Amino acid sequence: MRVSLTVNGKDRADEVEPRLLLVHYLRDVLGLTGTNIGCDTSSCGACTVLVDGESVKSCTMLAVQAEGTEVSTIEGLASDGVLHPLQEAFREHHGLQCGYCTPGMVMAASSLLAEHPHPSEAEVRVGLEGNLCRCTGYHNIVKAVLSAVAP
Amino acid sequence: MTATEAPRKGVLGQRLVRREDPELLTGEARFVADLKVSGTLHLALVRSPMAHARLASVDVSPALEVPGVVAAYSGADLEGEWAGPLPCAWPVTDDMRQPAHLPLAAREVCYVGDAVAVVVAESEYAARDGAEAVLVDYDPLPVVVDLEEAAADRALAHEELGTNTSYVWELKPDEAAVEAAFASAAHVVSGRYVQQRLIPSAMEPRGVLVVPQPFGGEFTVYSATQIPHILKVMLAVTTGISETSLRVIAPSVGGGFGSKLNVYAEEVLALTLARMLKRPVRWIETRSEATQATIQGRGQIQEIELAADERGRIQAVRVRLLADMGAYLQLVTPGVPLLGAFLYSGVYDVPAYSLSCRSVFTNLTPTDAYRGAGRPEATYAIERAVDLLARRVGVDPAEIRRRNYIRPEQFPYSSVAGLVYDSGAYEAALDKALQLAGYEELRAEQARRREAGERHQLGIGVSSYMEMCGLAPSRVLASLNYSAGGWEAATVRILPTGKVQVVTGTAPHGQGHETSWSMIAADRLGISPDDVEVLHSDTAIAPYGLDTYGSRSLSVGGVAVAIATDRVIDKARQIAAHQLEIAPEDLDYGGGEFRAKGSPERSMALGAVAFEAFTAHDLPEGLEPNLEASSHFDPPNFTFPFGTHVCVVEIDTETGGVGLASYVAVDDCGNQVNPLIVEGQVHGGITQGIAQALFEKASYDDQGNLLTSTFMDYLVPAASELPSFVTGSTVTPSPTNVLGVKGVGEAGTIGSAPAVINAVVDALSTYGVEDIEMPATPERVWRAIEQGRRP
Repeated sequence: MRVSLTVNGKDRADEVEPRLLLVHYLRDVLGLTGTNIGCDTSSCGACTVLVDGESVKSCTMLAVQAEGTEVSTIEGLASDGVLHPLQEAFREHHGLQCGYCTPGMVMAASSLLAEHPHPSEAEVRVGLEGNLCRCTGYHNIVKAVLSAVAP
Repeated sequence: MTATEAPRKGVLGQRLVRREDPELLTGEARFVADLKVSGTLHLALVRSPMAHARLASVDVSPALEVPGVVAAYSGADLEGEWAGPLPCAWPVTDDMRQPAHLPLAAREVCYVGDAVAVVVAESEYAARDGAEAVLVDYDPLPVVVDLEEAAADRALAHEELGTNTSYVWELKPDEAAVEAAFASAAHVVSGRYVQQRLIPSAMEPRGVLVVPQPFGGEFTVYSATQIPHILKVMLAVTTGISETSLRVIAPSVGGGFGSKLNVYAEEVLALTLARMLKRPVRWIETRSEATQATIQGRGQIQEIELAADERGRIQAVRVRLLADMGAYLQLVTPGVPLLGAFLYSGVYDVPAYSLSCRSVFTNLTPTDAYRGAGRPEATYAIERAVDLLARRVGVDPAEIRRRNYIRPEQFPYSSVAGLVYDSGAYEAALDKALQLAGYEELRAEQARRREAGERHQLGIGVSSYMEMCGLAPSRVLASLNYSAGGWEAATVRILPTGKVQVVTGTAPHGQGHETSWSMIAADRLGISPDDVEVLHSDTAIAPYGLDTYGSRSLSVGGVAVAIATDRVIDKARQIAAHQLEIAPEDLDYGGGEFRAKGSPERSMALGAVAFEAFTAHDLPEGLEPNLEASSHFDPPNFTFPFGTHVCVVEIDTETGGVGLASYVAVDDCGNQVNPLIVEGQVHGGITQGIAQALFEKASYDDQGNLLTSTFMDYLVPAASELPSFVTGSTVTPSPTNVLGVKGVGEAGTIGSAPAVINAVVDALSTYGVEDIEMPATPERVWRAIEQGRRP
């Protein structure tokens, strides 16, 4: 089947197997390997991307279901060699260790802040509950997200 | 440069942000699954759905009909390929029983997840389709799941062994003293604790990519491993491929926690198939495979007894362990209980000690090292038992600990179990933790709620821990029958431009070694960490190394970096002295520069020395070119970090729900290289201990089927289940290494599980509850309350 969509601002059109997952399309067809796979039950959130601005676990969606959408991945966040403020906040507050959950976590956090520009700590914790991290205990992730809140 | 004579502020101890982060934050980092090599074949494994069965037949031919499938093999097809079984490096006793363990089972499967066939295909999807098509007939055999039934040999995990017992190991320095202490004790308390099996759950599942050069005869193995160096040696032994033809690279690795401290069937299999098929071969684990085919942690039943005098001072500790090996012995499976076996006296001054451990096979996934490995188990048992003792004696849990701590003036302290603890100030850490927690106020609030009969009751749990880490003095490992050493290697080079290259044998997978090692070298050299690169995790670049596990990297590997740096400075000093025509001992070094004592205008920058060393036009007679030095540091002793954690839980007495109200951790890991990283390690460690206490358990049915095989069922906690943590530290340097460091990777996990359960039991004490099994689920808590409410 043919799928046409926009990924990180670029138009894409590819012939794909109907069963191909969006995450595999991003990783294997487009070579955007920043989006990671951490489970097979849409539980961990490592594969979180934005589809038309909403955070979506890209292992839970077929590539063909993304027809006509705008997809944003971690590769599209930094621009001109400068980290996005949220990426910078994760670095500043040591919100990552092994970094495997990080792309998904950052995308989920960016979606959270888009919807709730001034979240409380509790709202950040609930907002990120679909993204698992095994290294940080979330303490510094929460701190990073709160620090990235627009003044 | 002479204007800045004031002492340079050191780099060590600064909260530098990590140099590792930008590539991880942007998706630029390459994990194994991200590596693309054209012509790569993909593997999918067929795994047993039976916990114990004879393989009546394995028919792989239907898989060959699936489009895209290139080859398929049963275990019997590949039996001739193995030069040796999968390795176990820790035969703890000479008579330890060990079943044969091949990468693919050929005749019998011994746990659910044991691989029986492999399908090789042009794509990952085709490989999985092929694996679905393989037909296997299993003849079921009796299954043994329960640890105590296993010990009783009611059914055998491996019939050919004739028993489920792998080994019995004892540490009984003076049995008569133990018996005498119990005979004369004013108080005896005992506890039986179940350390449930845990699924390590590193966020990156395992994966391996083998790229052969068929005509060159070499193989590059990329693996999501904590141990590229050990893996290389073991791959040579298991496949018969010469070590000189193997290069192992651990690229970005997404967490390990011990689960990637192993030599796995799939690594050996991928290498073997790459050799057979002469094409790159890749295998990426799914999460559902990871829960079954990656090692699990814990799996012990502990019986502990304390004998104490009238005031609650502990006179003896007696421990009996039953340890679950699972179906096979993986790399260090049998040694895990031993890593805790010396620590059941905890932070206390205990005169008599007795421990015995029986380790048994079950038809379950093999166990092995998981964060803390043996030490969280030991700490849990003693810290739970000490709380029980406090209750028996009728004193506060903090007070019973004060009465028993080893005192600062007793260090170095020779423990009854035979260790020498390097340094410690246990009561200072307790005081700080109690103060940060507001302990007195918490007790008052607890009393108020009890008095008022409120629905939500407070529980306050204290746990003081210490651990032996910095694995390990090689001679001690020899005495424990471990097959390798415990040293670590580092090389430091000053490049011709004055930039610095550090090569380490450690293999970081989230710990930030690039940042910390650059700080160690930069601090000694008096330069910026930005001028230091750190290379690692590639056996062609760092040929010597024993990798990353057991909180060893800093206190062994980081110390090796420090020693090698000092050696480079020594060599540079000779060259600078020659150039400045002065005696080497008349030179001061600091801030990246040699200066003559008393006449600092006679100086030479390190970069200039490095260039002289590189051109070698005018070196001292007999001195070789280049500025490079190595260290292979074998630590003289373990290091012994310690601390006290205070956990406050709020229990809903109607539902049994346990909420974490606050969590305070005061950890002492000696000198800190980078407190930002130290705190991060503590946060993550605490969370894994909380997870064991409240959420996680690998649950099996009586036929050995894993009931928690995905993240839908296995409760790795999310941000919403946790509080923010309050962390503090004390600093008691280790006298056993030049950096005074101890290690911090496992500390949080070791201190936290007992703190949480002590808090839960404390909250429930008014219902007569003395123990609650982990994980303390709402159901278990609710049942305990209901039982207590009955007349």
